[in-house]
Amino acid sequence: MQRRQTRLGWLLLLPALAVVAFVAIYPLGKTVYQSFTNQEFLAGIEPTKWVGLQNYRDLWHDTIFRQSVWETVKFTLITVSFEFVLGMIIALVVNSNFKGRGAMRAAMLVPWAIPTVVAAQMWKWMFDDVFGVINDAGVRLHILHHSVAWISQPSTALAAVSAVDIWKTTPFVALLLLAGLQVIPRDLYEAADVDGASKWQQFWRITLPLLRPAILVTLIFRTLDALRVFDVFYVFYGNRPDTQTMAIYAQSTIVSDGHVGYGSAVSVAIFLIIGLFVVIYVTFMRVTEE
Amino acid sequence: MSTVAEATRTVERPVSRGRWLRRTPLGRFITKLPFWLLIAAIFIYAIFPFYWAIRSAFTPEGELFRTPVDYFPKHPTLANFREALSTPTFQHALINSTIVAGSVTLISLAIGSIAAYALGRFRFRGRSAVLYLMLSMTIFPQIAILGALYTMITRFHLYDSLLALIFSYMIFTLPFTVWVLTSFMRGLPGDLEEAAYVDGATPLQVFYKVLLPLIAPGLVTTGLLAFIAAWNEYLYALSFIQTPNKYTVTLAITTFQGKSGFQQPWGQIMAATVIVTLPLIIATLVLQRRILAGLTAGAVKG
Repeated sequence: MQRRQTRLGWLLLLPALAVVAFVAIYPLGKTVYQSFTNQEFLAGIEPTKWVGLQNYRDLWHDTIFRQSVWETVKFTLITVSFEFVLGMIIALVVNSNFKGRGAMRAAMLVPWAIPTVVAAQMWKWMFDDVFGVINDAGVRLHILHHSVAWISQPSTALAAVSAVDIWKTTPFVALLLLAGLQVIPRDLYEAADVDGASKWQQFWRITLPLLRPAILVTLIFRTLDALRVFDVFYVFYGNRPDTQTMAIYAQSTIVSDGHVGYGSAVSVAIFLIIGLFVVIYVTFMRVTEE
Repeated sequence: MSTVAEATRTVERPVSRGRWLRRTPLGRFITKLPFWLLIAAIFIYAIFPFYWAIRSAFTPEGELFRTPVDYFPKHPTLANFREALSTPTFQHALINSTIVAGSVTLISLAIGSIAAYALGRFRFRGRSAVLYLMLSMTIFPQIAILGALYTMITRFHLYDSLLALIFSYMIFTLPFTVWVLTSFMRGLPGDLEEAAYVDGATPLQVFYKVLLPLIAPGLVTTGLLAFIAAWNEYLYALSFIQTPNKYTVTLAITTFQGKSGFQQPWGQIMAATVIVTLPLIIATLVLQRRILAGLTAGAVKG
């Protein structure tokens, strides 16, 4: 019986495993292999040959790549921290009982359901330097002295894309945290009330510690997502050099420039950088658990 | 836990001002006011950009490019929707995206539910290894394999075809489908299945006559999530598609061109935006509860 189950189990898994092997595992291996070659898309210019670590050596000295890594890391730090703090506030608010809670939750799903590319277009129009609502509202409310060219001005470019990502993802973060909040037993708070603990103390002593697993999972997912950001930046800036993320640099190296070998090395580097963040998070989790 | 004496002491503590705020209707309103303001702020923050897209879509071109900005269209019009829908690229894009997202969803559900059956209802060696493989695939960065996919797709002569997208989108829809459906399969009680076996049903019959109907709601939710993911994809579409009549909606929306050429046709872009997004929002709101359950199964149970 056991053996039959095993055989049947693997048989049923076969189609799924075959697809995963073909669309993910084989391409991953192939990308790694390509990263050690000088392959170009326009074949015939130069025969593809093994170049060893040459691409990685070039990458180490590639200032554009370095800048794209820095840009991506800045974006990740900004968006993940804003999304976490705002998401936590929203989750705490929505977790309390009030009329219209269902409507509120529905409203929170709206940004999540809007495609990133579409959200980016919507915000690009809102950020318009002449006819944009953000400048109009800012000037009317006397927050801004005059209209700002949010998108073309390098000093506000990163803040502008971050705003889109924060808007689109904060509600989702809030929903994940909310799911975590709802499993905390109510009587813990009642007991704390009886003991005279303030709401502030309750938050730090009960909510945060019990929410820790949900918080960590949310942070990991958000960080990994932010590190591979492509859509928002591309819609806002194309491959403008000062606002390139790692993913944009890899994509334009492979597709626009046709440097498949070098671009693959960039991809592998991104993969390793993301892996590094995973390792940091997991170690952090282990350390704080002890 | 505290004693009764301590409890009564804390209850007596509030001073008279606090009592006034809690006892009278006006007082209660004042204490609740910051809370409701916060609720309103969150609500407006979540909704406003979409409202703005809708209002821009209904605003005639002449009013759109004028300052100061109107917050409601003075002369609402459907012109932008008509223009957007009569653009050939956008028409093709709606069809192309439906084909791509639809096929990816169906294939993922078919293959994924069979795999989920094995992972959720069978006990065998290597099962958890496969589960972890699927989970790690759901957070797999797509950019990491772009180089190889690009060469594979040109080698198979799939470049600039919808098949290239159907093929490459499986990488994010299938593992996700397997993972979420497995959690649905696991949640089913075992007695129906056993009864079917006692009646002499084969495992495959049990799968499609007993289990599949039971997880139908799960299939709908998972299918919708997979469909949304494929509908929203941009990186691969941008890399593997070249001809405008093969564009997907995300490509079409980012390459909208006005008749004049020097002013972006924001009214039409926003109309297209609303057309592309509205079905997703409606479906999401209708299936709200299930989607929340599906999302948390995909993200939190890790």
